[in-house]
Amino acid sequence: MMNFDEQTRTATATDAAEHGLTPDEFARICDGMGRAPNVVELAVFSVMWSEHCSYKSSRVHLKGLPTTGDHVLQGPGENAGVLDIGDGMAVSFKIESHNHPSFVEPYQGAATGVGGILRDIFTMGARPIANLNSLRFGSFDHPRTRYLVDGVVRGIGDYGNCVGVPTVGGEVYFDAAYNGNILVNAMTVGLLRADKIFRAAAAGVGNPVLYVGSKTGRDGIHGASLLASAEFSGEEEQKRPTVQVGDPFTEKLLIEACLELMEKDAIVAIQDMGAAGLTSSSVEMAGRGGTGLRLDLDRIPVRETGMTPYEILLSESQERMLIVARAGGEDIVREVFAKWQLDAEVVGEVTDDGHLEVLFRGQIAARIPVGMLTDDAPAYDRPQSEPSDFEQRQELAIDQLPLPEDYNRTLLQLLAAPNIASKAWVFGQYDHFVRSNTVVAPGSDAAVLRIKDSDKGLALSVDCNSRYCLLDPYVGAMIAVAEAARNVVCAGARPIGVTNCLNFGNPEKPEIMWQFAQAVSGIRDACVALGTPVTGGNVSFYNETEGRAIPPTPTIGMVGLLDSVSHHTTQWFKQEGDIVVLLGRGREEIGGSEYLALVHGRVAGTPPWVDLSLEQRLHKVCLKAITEGLIASAHDISEGGLAIALAECCITRPEGALGAVIDLEPAMRADAFLFGESQSRILVSLERRHLARLRDIAAAAPFDIQVLGEVRGRRLRIHPHVDVDVSELREAWTTALPRYMDKGNE
Amino acid sequence: MRWGVVTFPGSNDDHDTVHAIGAVLGEPVVPLWHEDRDLHGVDVVVLPGGFSYGDYLRPGAMARFSPIIESVATFAERGGFVWGICNGFQVLCEAGLLPGALIRNRDLRFICRMARIRVEETDTAFTCRYARSALLSLPVKHGDGCYVADHETLEQLEHNRQVVFRYVDPSGAASDRGNPNGSLANIAGICNAERNVLGMMPHPEHAVEALCGGDDALEMFKSVSQAIRQGLPHRQSLAISDR
Repeated sequence: MMNFDEQTRTATATDAAEHGLTPDEFARICDGMGRAPNVVELAVFSVMWSEHCSYKSSRVHLKGLPTTGDHVLQGPGENAGVLDIGDGMAVSFKIESHNHPSFVEPYQGAATGVGGILRDIFTMGARPIANLNSLRFGSFDHPRTRYLVDGVVRGIGDYGNCVGVPTVGGEVYFDAAYNGNILVNAMTVGLLRADKIFRAAAAGVGNPVLYVGSKTGRDGIHGASLLASAEFSGEEEQKRPTVQVGDPFTEKLLIEACLELMEKDAIVAIQDMGAAGLTSSSVEMAGRGGTGLRLDLDRIPVRETGMTPYEILLSESQERMLIVARAGGEDIVREVFAKWQLDAEVVGEVTDDGHLEVLFRGQIAARIPVGMLTDDAPAYDRPQSEPSDFEQRQELAIDQLPLPEDYNRTLLQLLAAPNIASKAWVFGQYDHFVRSNTVVAPGSDAAVLRIKDSDKGLALSVDCNSRYCLLDPYVGAMIAVAEAARNVVCAGARPIGVTNCLNFGNPEKPEIMWQFAQAVSGIRDACVALGTPVTGGNVSFYNETEGRAIPPTPTIGMVGLLDSVSHHTTQWFKQEGDIVVLLGRGREEIGGSEYLALVHGRVAGTPPWVDLSLEQRLHKVCLKAITEGLIASAHDISEGGLAIALAECCITRPEGALGAVIDLEPAMRADAFLFGESQSRILVSLERRHLARLRDIAAAAPFDIQVLGEVRGRRLRIHPHVDVDVSELREAWTTALPRYMDKGNE
Repeated sequence: MRWGVVTFPGSNDDHDTVHAIGAVLGEPVVPLWHEDRDLHGVDVVVLPGGFSYGDYLRPGAMARFSPIIESVATFAERGGFVWGICNGFQVLCEAGLLPGALIRNRDLRFICRMARIRVEETDTAFTCRYARSALLSLPVKHGDGCYVADHETLEQLEHNRQVVFRYVDPSGAASDRGNPNGSLANIAGICNAERNVLGMMPHPEHAVEALCGGDDALEMFKSVSQAIRQGLPHRQSLAISDR
């Protein structure tokens, strides 16, 4: 590594290019500084202006998202959003990607993804109460898939389990389109008092800046910031040293120490050191507060000798935070952190000159106007164009598709498909009990947590169907929001807010930028219609390998509120004799369906039609029926359509499977009727005596409902096509994923 | 009477245990810090689940050197009730307060699910309110829950009736199918010969409320309260182990 003189030498255009800055950007830096930066300063610019930190390609689009509403206490711009849930309580939540590191080194990549999002939440003053995640892997035909699944799941499990935060839900998909770029999106939800939100805006000239947590090492330099801001080119093995290494034990101590400190009067501002470490945390704190900040690198706790300013500033060592304390509060900070056996050092102070000034061995190693690194960072409205094959992809002559000969077999085949099969192999490795709030564990439409000392509950879900998004990113993104909302509605909750993780390819390509802009518009329209503001999230671009991008994957994390947790509802049938009712109506559509992909080997057509006002009425009907106590079970109809939803209602009951008899004259092709994925549909079961009241509620909306049949016996019968013993269905559904995972060990 | 719940660096279920005792059972509970030597006059000490010291070296291997463990050992020697749950069980084995050891699960993965266990012995402070052979549903969540001991130790455990809980299948049989982690003889929990120290891998603190995970273990907490109030039952059981 370079010595100090080399680092403070004036940077050249070549240095700039090596740091991923364009000639224009380098010129802009020189212009704004009134001189050429030195190498350390250049490095600071390179990380702060990276796609990952600056959102330079996405900012102009994200501005259109709805971010305000009755519940919103904190929208985008802080470490995480905060929603008011009444009774003086609030929830903080956010989802974030750790895609690139997880592909390079799955165990540490996924683990540190969990660690990072946890810090974003407890930084706000919230006690983390739940983790969720959205995972996308390649096909099981790809030789690396098993290794990646195994590493990511162990990484998420080991980190979340050790810090004592339950992992209560998520989604896992497999698709060859992710062979070269897996997605690991981690979400955390925390609980806090509405009047005790901590923020990250530096204030008070002369206030001390404290560094707390782990020591700084040479790991993760250019990790999240640069690794995640470029495509893969097939040399990922060499990038392993840029992946951070997590220590959940230290994180656990950091959580306890920070939350304990927050009970005392010492903190002015607090921020976690995530991507671009000390650099971004100090710059962002100063930027939000409109102040300057002086850092003395000689006081940073380091775990290796001879670290240069460059390395200290860019290290992405994990489990570290930066705190601005009130003058005189240093001792309180030190005392609390000493109890938890963690470092706490004064490393700088808040200044009034609007500059980030970095000292090293008594000399100025860097001095940069903070505004250049934050608000004045580049923002691009990049060119967009509809992909040339867009219309061709949507072509689907449904009449030319042969009908299955044996619907029982097709149903069993779908149940055993990795995307539909039970994910117990995955979530069985995550502690979902710790903290004693889990009312509905993984395995239903949404996880439900109770809020202690109140009647309330939270329902949480993460969703995205990227096949729909590939076929039409606008509609696909709307469906992602609608389905996430529908899932929490099925659990008995009112959707109140959204966090999103937007995973896309290279934004410098007009087709990718078009997908992005379309998806953001879809999220905007759906969130406006459903009254769920977006309070934050994350954008992950450059999910490409050798020029091949992933399908657009705008993952939606949804928070729902139950005014009374006693209304929580699960997806499985409860008792024989209950009637089965479909809220909504199917259409003859199989575009983008799991059935079409699995049975006919095609990803084609248009995604299911969605009407947001219809969707909204569905939510109202379902919630009203649930809160009136009419509903025994509620299940969203999604991948695999009505037949799969019915099968899941039958076989996911923990006390043992129940059968059902469905008798309905389908007014369409049988495959579309059984496996089509029409939107805005919920399958409910209820006692017959409640049917009249349910009909009244639906008529008032107005909304279509149909009685399908009855919970009865040990077989699922969908007249005249399907007739299978529920134990056979259950066997297919439960054994598929373990079988796929064990294949590699035979 | 008073309960004490120890927090080590890395304990997770300390919070849950305090909640189970304080909010659900409604009894006084004192948090104990790992650096304390003073047990603040409690009648029972719970070593909770979690990852004390990050499970570094071996689960429980570091926590066993915490100052409080010396006091807990003395307390146990004098007949005080000590209850180790999951990581607490691992600490008790490492500290030599219970025989045997807990090693990596049979399939080498962390497991989290409901497990069926059978109450084998009811003459302990922890199980005195259960019927013999009662079947309970409790969560298990551990990576290192496979109980092992040498042949002689196992014989002694069986002979002294120190196996308090066994994993069973839905039919109630201690079969391989009902064994989630490969534990020797399906052992889910054991007590010492004096019957005042219990270690178990399943989590009773997560099974005290119908809303969250069921309440099959509430009687375990009530058993301890009853035993303390009535001065039972370890003195009685000393006689049993002498037979």
